[in-house]
Amino acid sequence: MALIEFTKRGIYCKQGDFYVDPWWPVDYAVTTHGHSDHVRFGNKYYLCHTLTKPIIKRRISEDLNVETLNYGESIVRNGVNISFYPAGHIIGSAQVRLEYKGEVCVISGDYKTEDDGISDVFEPVKCHSFVSESTFGLPVYKWQKQEVVFNGIKSWVNDNIQQQKTSVLIAYSLGKAQRLIKNLAGDVPIYVHNSIANLNEVIIDAGVNLPETIRITPETTKDELQKGIVIVPPAMRDSRWIKNLSHPVTGICSGWMQVRAHRRWQSADAGFALSDHADWTGLMDAITATGAEKVYVTHGFTAAFSRFLNDEGIESEEVMTKFGQEDDEENKVDLADAENHHVETENKKSE
Amino acid sequence: MKRFAKLIQQLELSNKTNDKIAALVDYFNHADDQDKIWVIALFTGKKPKRPIKSALLKYWAIDITQTPEWLFSESYSNVGDLSETIALLLPPAENTSDFSLHKWIEDLHDLEGKDDETKKVFILNAWNHLETQERFIFNKLISGNFRIGVSNKMLVNALAKQSSLDSAQIMHSIMGKWNPYEITFHELINGTHVNTDNSWPYPFCLAYALEQEPEKLVDLSEWQAEWKWDGIRGQIVKRNGELFIWSRGEELVTDQFPELHFLIDVLPDGVVLDGEILAVQDKQVLSFSTLQQRLNRKTINKKQLDDAPIGFFVYDILEYETNDFREHPLSERRAILEQLFENLDESAVILSPVINCKNWEELATLRQTSRSINSEGIMLKKLSSHYHSGRKRGDWWKWKINPYTVDAVMIYAQKGSGRRANFFTDYTFAVRDGENLVTIAKAYSGLTDKEIKEVNSFVTRNAIEKFGPVRTVKPELVFEIAFEGIAESKRHKAGLALRFPRILRWRKDKKAAEINTLEDLRQLLESTFING
Repeated sequence: MALIEFTKRGIYCKQGDFYVDPWWPVDYAVTTHGHSDHVRFGNKYYLCHTLTKPIIKRRISEDLNVETLNYGESIVRNGVNISFYPAGHIIGSAQVRLEYKGEVCVISGDYKTEDDGISDVFEPVKCHSFVSESTFGLPVYKWQKQEVVFNGIKSWVNDNIQQQKTSVLIAYSLGKAQRLIKNLAGDVPIYVHNSIANLNEVIIDAGVNLPETIRITPETTKDELQKGIVIVPPAMRDSRWIKNLSHPVTGICSGWMQVRAHRRWQSADAGFALSDHADWTGLMDAITATGAEKVYVTHGFTAAFSRFLNDEGIESEEVMTKFGQEDDEENKVDLADAENHHVETENKKSE
Repeated sequence: MKRFAKLIQQLELSNKTNDKIAALVDYFNHADDQDKIWVIALFTGKKPKRPIKSALLKYWAIDITQTPEWLFSESYSNVGDLSETIALLLPPAENTSDFSLHKWIEDLHDLEGKDDETKKVFILNAWNHLETQERFIFNKLISGNFRIGVSNKMLVNALAKQSSLDSAQIMHSIMGKWNPYEITFHELINGTHVNTDNSWPYPFCLAYALEQEPEKLVDLSEWQAEWKWDGIRGQIVKRNGELFIWSRGEELVTDQFPELHFLIDVLPDGVVLDGEILAVQDKQVLSFSTLQQRLNRKTINKKQLDDAPIGFFVYDILEYETNDFREHPLSERRAILEQLFENLDESAVILSPVINCKNWEELATLRQTSRSINSEGIMLKKLSSHYHSGRKRGDWWKWKINPYTVDAVMIYAQKGSGRRANFFTDYTFAVRDGENLVTIAKAYSGLTDKEIKEVNSFVTRNAIEKFGPVRTVKPELVFEIAFEGIAESKRHKAGLALRFPRILRWRKDKKAAEINTLEDLRQLLESTFING
C-alpha cells in the first residue's frame, strides 16, 4: 500500500493519519515551509522545522500548536517515522521523509538545488517515491549561477545610484527578500519595507545570521533611499509610495524573468532571473539522486515534466494540487503584506 | 555583437521612451558605422535575406541538445519566440568571440547557396561562441523580426539627437529605398539616396477628437465638413510611372489592393493623395468588417475580391505636378483635387464629398445619420489649414458619432461557463497609461464562435501566468470596446469605470502599440461631464 494519497484536503498519509501541507483544516499538518500555499490557518497541530515555527506563528497566529524538528531529526507518528531534510527553498524549508515498514517516501515541498547562501543546502534523500514540484519544469529554464545574477543586480544598482535613480527591488517578503539581503549586503545600505523588516526580526531572533537592514519609516528620506537599495513586497509594486520616490526604477527577481515575454509583460524596469525553485537541471539532478521508482509531479509544468520523466524511464504521475496556485510566491501578493500595505496607506491618510 | 546585444538588453530593460532614446543615442555615438547601418535596417524591418530556414535551426538545436521534439514545442509555446527558445535550450558556450554585427551578417550572407552541412557547421560553431543573449540575437538575424518596441519615430529621434540633423529629413531618408550592403552611414542619414526615390509618402496629418461644442469653433463658413470614414487611412503616391499605396502604419500595401492599381494609368506623375481605403460597392461604403476580410492577406482570391471590393475615398492632395502642396491652404488643395477628379470618374476612387450645411445645428442633425452610411461621424477641417505633419490641435477635428468606443488590448482571459466552458471567453482589457497597461474593462460577449476559437487558441499559446482559472496573456490582441457611459471610480485602478462594456469587434489590423490611452478616456470623461 502506498504511503501517501492525494486527497482534496492535501497529501495524506493514511498509515500515520496526518497530512503534509494541507489546504483545508486537519488535525495534524506536517509543514514543509512557511509560504502561504503550503501552510494555512486552522489545523489543530503543526509539525515543521525549528526555523519555520516562529515564521508561521508570526504570519498566521501566535496561538498555533507547533511541534518542531531539526534537519535529520525524526519522530514517530502511528508507526510512521517522520524526518526532515533541507529543501534549500527558503529559510526553514524542509523535505519530509516518511518511512513505514521499509517503504520510504519523500515529499520535497518547494526546493532548489543551488546554495543561496542563507537556506540550508538541498540534500537528496534516497527513497522509493518522491513528490516533486515542477514550477520551472521546462528545459528553457536553466539558471545562471547566483553570483552572476547578483553581480548583474549590483551593477544595475550602481548605475542607478550614479544616475540619481532609486533602485527598488520587488521581492516576496519571506524567502526572496532575505536571499537578496544576504547576497547584496555590504556595498550600500539596504532599506526594507515593514513586512520584510518584521519577518527579518523573527528570523534573526531565531538565530539566523542576516546582515543588517534599515526599516523604512516616515522619517526615512528620499535621498537616503536613492543612495541605497529598497526592497519591498509585491503588494507595494504599483503603490504611490514608490512613484513618489526620487526617480524610482523597479527590478523584479524571479525565475520567470528568464524569458523576454514575461519580462516585458511585467513592465518593470529590470528583470533578474533569480528563483528559489529548482531549474530544469536541478529538478532532474534531484530526482535522479533520490533513486525513486515513482515520482509524483505537482505544481508547474506538470504534464510536460512527468511525460519527460516517463520517457526517460522514471515512472511518473502528474498530480493536481493547490500548491503554486494561490501563491506562486514568485509573483503573489501575500495577504499579510497586503494588510500591512493597507495599514500603511491608512496611516498616510491620517497624517 | 556584444555592443549590439547590450543595446537590445537596454531597450528591453526599460519601458520608458526617454531611456530607450538615450540607449540608442549612446549606441550611435560609439558603434561602428557599418553596424549602425544594420541596426537601422533591422529596426525598420529591412531584414537580410534568410540564408537558413528556421526549421533547420530548430532541428539542429533539437539534435545537439537531445531534446524531444514535443518538449521543444512545449518550451516554445511557453517562451513564445523560436530564436529565444533555441538560445535558452542550448548548453552554455565553450568559447567567446566578439565579431561585429555586420561581420556576422556578412558571414551569414555568404552561406547563401552553400549546402546544409556547411551551414550546420557554421551555425553550431557560432552558437558555441555566443552567450545566451547574443545567441538570441544571432538567431533573430537568421529567422525573425526584431520587435523590441522601437518605433521608426523613436529611432529617428535618436538619430536626429545624435547627428543634429532634422528628424523629418532622417525619417524620409530611412523610409526610402536603400541597400544596407552598399550605403554608408553618412549617406544614409543625410539622405543622399532619397531624392531619386519615388515611393516615399508624407507624414499623415491627424486630427484630435472634438472635446467641446462645435459652436465654439464659431463660424461654420470657415470650416470644411466631411464624413469621417471608418477604414484604413492611406496615401497613394504616383511618381515617375510608379504607384505606391501606403497605410498609416507606414506600411507599403500596394499589392493588397489590386482594385486601385489602374491609377497608375490614370493619375498624372507627381501626385500624392490622402484618403481612406474602404470596402466600396456602387460608390457606397461598406462596413468595416467587410473591409477586414481583405486586411493582412498575403494572397487574395477571386471570392474575396467579389465579396469585399476595395475603394479609395480621397480626402486631400499633398503633392501635385511634383510640387509639395502641404503648405497651401485646404481650400486651394480641395480646388485642385476637384479639378483632378473632373476627368476621373471611377467607381473605385471617389472624391470624399464635402458636407454643405447652413449652420451647426443642421450639421449636428446630419451627423446623427453617420452610422447609416457606415461613417463614424464628421471631420471638421479649417479651410485655411495646412497639411500638418502628425497631430496638431486646432485646425482639424474629428467629431465622431459615437464617442464611446475604445481600442484596448486583452491582458487576462478566463474560461466561460456552460456552452463556453471549454473556451476562454471572458476577457479583461487594458489601455496604455504612459508605458504601462491599466485595466479598464472586462467583457464577455461580442465575438462570433469562430473568433472565440481563434482567441482561445491564442490564449492557450500565449498564457504567461496562471492565477487560478485566470491566464495572463501577452498583450497583443486589440479589441474595440463599446460602452454606454463613463464615470469616475475610486474602486478601479484606472480611476474610472465603463458602463456596459462589450466587444464591438476584434481589431486584427491594430497592434497593441496603437491602442487608446487612459488619457483618452479621461478626456472623454471630462467632455461627457460637460455635456451632461
